[in-house]
Amino acid sequence: MYPESMQESIKKVKKTRSERLKLVKSGKEIYSMMTEKEREVVLNKFHPDYQPDARRKIRIGPNKGEELTTEVADLLETYSRIDPKDFDLTKLDYETDVLVIGAGSAGFAAALLAEENGVDVLLVTKLRIGDSNSMMAQGGIQAAVRPDDSPVLHYLDAIGGGHFENKPELVRALTAEAPDGINWLKDHGVMFDRNPDGTMITKSGGGTSRLRMHSARDYTGAAICATLRDEVLNRPDHIKILEHQPVVELIKDNTGKVSGAVLYHLENREYFTIKAKATIITTGGFGRLHIRNYETTNHYGATADGLVISYRVGAKLMYMDSVQYHPTGAIYPQQIIGFLCTEKLRALGAQPLNKKAEPFVNPLEPRDVESSAFIRECLERKKGIKTPSGHIGVWLDTPLIDQINGKGAIQASVPAMVRQFARFDVDMIAEPILVYPTLHYQNGGVEINAQCETNIPGLFVAGEASGGLHGRNRLMGNSQLDLIIFGRRAGKFAADYAKGAKIGKLTLDHIYEYEKDVKKLGIDRSKISPMVLPDYIPDAVKAKQLTTKYHGTLR
Amino acid sequence: MADKVKMVKIVVLGEGFDVPEDLTIINALEYAGFQLTHGVGCREGFCGACGTIYREKGDYKLQAGLACQTVVSDGMYLAQIPFVPAEKPVYDITKLKPDITAIKDNYPIVFRCVACNTCSKVCPQDLEVMDYVQALIRGDIERAADLSFDCIRCGLCALRCPAEIVQYNSAMLARRLCGRYLLPESKDLTSRVKEIAEEKYDKELDELVKMNLKKLKERYYSRDIKLFDH
Ligand SMILES: Cc1cc2nc3c(=O)[nH]c(=O)nc-3n(C[C@H](O)[C@H](O)[C@H](O)COP(=O)(O)OP(=O)(O)OC[C@H]3O[C@@H](n4cnc5c(N)ncnc54)[C@H](O)[C@@H]3O)c2cc1C
Ligand code: SF4
Ligand code: SF4
Ligand code: FES
Repeated sequence: MYPESMQESIKKVKKTRSERLKLVKSGKEIYSMMTEKEREVVLNKFHPDYQPDARRKIRIGPNKGEELTTEVADLLETYSRIDPKDFDLTKLDYETDVLVIGAGSAGFAAALLAEENGVDVLLVTKLRIGDSNSMMAQGGIQAAVRPDDSPVLHYLDAIGGGHFENKPELVRALTAEAPDGINWLKDHGVMFDRNPDGTMITKSGGGTSRLRMHSARDYTGAAICATLRDEVLNRPDHIKILEHQPVVELIKDNTGKVSGAVLYHLENREYFTIKAKATIITTGGFGRLHIRNYETTNHYGATADGLVISYRVGAKLMYMDSVQYHPTGAIYPQQIIGFLCTEKLRALGAQPLNKKAEPFVNPLEPRDVESSAFIRECLERKKGIKTPSGHIGVWLDTPLIDQINGKGAIQASVPAMVRQFARFDVDMIAEPILVYPTLHYQNGGVEINAQCETNIPGLFVAGEASGGLHGRNRLMGNSQLDLIIFGRRAGKFAADYAKGAKIGKLTLDHIYEYEKDVKKLGIDRSKISPMVLPDYIPDAVKAKQLTTKYHGTLR
Repeated sequence: MADKVKMVKIVVLGEGFDVPEDLTIINALEYAGFQLTHGVGCREGFCGACGTIYREKGDYKLQAGLACQTVVSDGMYLAQIPFVPAEKPVYDITKLKPDITAIKDNYPIVFRCVACNTCSKVCPQDLEVMDYVQALIRGDIERAADLSFDCIRCGLCALRCPAEIVQYNSAMLARRLCGRYLLPESKDLTSRVKEIAEEKYDKELDELVKMNLKKLKERYYSRDIKLFDH
């Protein structure tokens, strides 16, 4: 139920619905697509990335002098959580061949393939294993399987979607191995949606030229991630797991190779050290940095830790100047702010409307353009709808979906979302939902090659933490695919590497080196990263926590 | 800015805290100054990390729910969020048969179900948990897989089960058996995987990798788009 203050606007939406339905049925567009010029204007003026202070030059480290997203640059120009002199690296707590950091789908795929290639794996993660962005994907995973599709078309779609800035060797690996990736997941028992005759049910997604999106109802990410987790747990002889213990720094050896990591136990607050012949970072994205104060779709632990620790050992980042905002994040009810309302809704006919129930943008513009148009409607034209908690957004008229596609269409296509809104008394089948752009995906990351290697020996990266594959714009369904294809690759190549690796004397001196540069910038000692967890404790409470010391965002 | 919100009092570890009435349990705990380091994951009802137990004012019943999906109420008594350390047997999925033997060998415990339906009542996803357990007992793997599909592994069912069954782990096995063995084969997928192994697309892909920007753009913008089933 919507509060009184929004009822008037809802009435207007209801009133104009039949007219808008007629328009759709007559085959006309509800609102015309913008011209290239119009897109440019709205992007420049309203897209969060294009705001004057959205980016700034990073002053230290391997990307020195490059423009990065401001919050990312701020996060990188910081001190470490630890002081190297407190650690005796001749006495280590754990030793392994391959260390995998982060237990989402990329981490699981990496751990499995490393194990299959004959090495011991230690998988460490910040929260419970599987608590990750991987678990949350509803939409789907791409792979060119249909007879009218091919890896070649998939390649074109991915590289065009990324404005031709993607690293070609990565796109090649992604698209050529996609069908095998799906097959591999199926063999592990992922229940992809299939027709009675066995053909895969496929849908379109933004930027695809064929029906290429595979799904497992609207729990695609969960189906994949939980299956892989189950399989990882089936191999206890060679895959050891440590939960609730984020990595806060990488260890190097005297020849400059990454050779392990330092863990921080979130419950008993001890630090532990690991020696590893190869290290794979699969720590995911950065939604919880709340860039430009945006709400986010990401899980609690998405704080870009992998970027920070990689950067400190000298790994180069790529495309860390672009952020993916998803146009339709929920802003009401309060309890699900930021919650992702999949693109599928608009593909099925849901229309964005302003306060007066007027259409103001074509529902299917590219994500960045659609988001910018929403922001313009709310901020410049002041035609947004305000919620009791002070958020402003636009309507997404979901009831139209059933009217266009037949009764039951919403329930059948997005049951998880219907359930989510219903929990807080909003019936999205009968009433529109209120949305605003939300921080969704880290387009760039640590630069890798097709073997998932970085410029630092011994350090491999896969999944959302990596950069290069998507250029500055990822297409829906290519990320879940990324986890599988590059997760597996990272596992295999790291295992191969580990077999021949000789580790020298361990050191954390690179932290001192890095901190010297931070200090030269005059940055305050209290600025610490990785963040590990976001800080949601109100200032009023903190003011009364008289004897509590916060170290960064953690106590 | 924001309209004035009504406050309610929640009780955590015996201590009362005033929090806005529309917060979820997770948000309310944070509002009260607790920094959560476990019992929280996606914060959107997908990961099952936040299963919790609480009691409402004037009620004797212990209730269970997802802390990220349950709104606080006045006088709500909250416990520390538990973590369910449920058992998961180790098996080799390639060596199992998709029938009752797999269940008997790995989850013999499910046969102890007393059909009390507590699990279905507690499930925050409103799944018919008892029905999928019963399906497992009958060896109906497909039905168990179907009924348990939306399970987010919060563990609340196992926590309340008088027979100590780990419903969600046994259902995971059912879904894996179903996905691997019981769903009909996709011939398209099989033949595409074969084509790729035979390097059918390698030449063309190699060309694309090397193609100059102008030509690549031409290829991209002139590609035909087919988004409908025949
Ligand atoms: C709501 C939502 C919907 C999405 N829908 C789709 C979709 O339909 N299709 C698609 O292709 N993509 C989708 N995506 C994107 C995609 O799911 C993610 O990009 C992807 O899951 C990232 O996987 P990952 O394994 O790289 O990272 P994650 O799955 O996020 O895993 C990272 C892991 O690392 C751990 N970690 C983090 N820091 C540390 C540390 N310091 N030490 C140890 N461990 C650490 C985390 O706790 C977590 O377990 C969606 C994303 C979200 C959030
Ligand atoms: S709670 Fe346990 S015993 Fe009761 S119906 Fe469910 S599985 Fe069976
Ligand atoms: S079946 Fe059990 S574990 Fe799964 S969602 Fe329901 S209560 Fe949670
Ligand atoms: S935190 Fe993931 S379900 Fe609540």
